Amino acid sequence: MSELDPRDELVTHLPALRAFALSLTRNRATADDMMQDTVLKAWSNMDKFEAGTNMRAWLFTILRNNFYSSRRKLNREVADVENVFSDTLSVKPDHDGRLQMADFKQALSQLPDEQREALILVGASGFAYEEAAEMCGVATGTIKSRVNRARAKLTELLHLDEDEALELTDTATIAVVGNPGLPA
Amino acid sequence: MASKEDPQKARRDAYIDQNLKKVFSELETDEMPDQIMDLLTVLRAQDEELKAKK
Repeated sequence: MSELDPRDELVTHLPALRAFALSLTRNRATADDMMQDTVLKAWSNMDKFEAGTNMRAWLFTILRNNFYSSRRKLNREVADVENVFSDTLSVKPDHDGRLQMADFKQALSQLPDEQREALILVGASGFAYEEAAEMCGVATGTIKSRVNRARAKLTELLHLDEDEALELTDTATIAVVGNPGLPA
Repeated sequence: MASKEDPQKARRDAYIDQNLKKVFSELETDEMPDQIMDLLTVLRAQDEELKAKK
C-alpha cells in the first residue's frame, strides 16, 4: 500500500487530470479553470478522501461534476470549443499515420460530450465500466451503451466498417495499434 | 446468452482504443499551466503555515 502523502499523490495525477479536462472541454482556458477548481476542492477536502481508494477516479469525478454543473449554468453544450486535439499533433511515423491521427482526433471531437467522456474513461484511461459508471453517476449499462454508441459513431465517421479500411492502412495502423493480438 | 464478438468489430474497437490512448497520452504531456503550479505553491505554503501554528 502506498505511503505517499495524499497531497503528494494528487500532484502525480495532474497530467492525467489535465488530459481529461482537455478532452472533456476541448478548450484550454476552460480546462485550466476546471483544473484549478478541482485541485482547490480536492486539496481542501482531502480529509474526505478515503485512503486506499482510487484518487484518480476521485479527481476525475470532481472535475467532470464541475464541468457539467458549469455547462448547466451556462445552458449550452460547450463554450468556445477549440480543437485542442489537433493542437497536440506531434511527430508521427509517416504521412499516412499523421493523416489518420488527424482524422481520428477530428472524429473524436465530434462525439457528444457524454459519449466522448465514457470512451475516454474506459478506452483511454483504463477505468472499468463499473468505475466509470460510478464516476458519472449512472448505471453501468448506460456507460456501456455510451461507449458502444461512441465506437459506432467513430467507426462511421472514419469508415472503419469498410472491409478494406484497416487493411489498406496496415503500416500506419500497425504503427499506432501495435499488436492488438486479434485475428487479421 | 453469451454472444461471440465479431472479430472485425473487436479489431475496430482495438484500433479505436489504441488511438484514444495515443491522443490521451499526447494531452498528458501538454505543459502544466502556470496557474496550476502557482496554486499548488500557495496551497503548500498555507499548509506549512498551519502546521507551524500548531
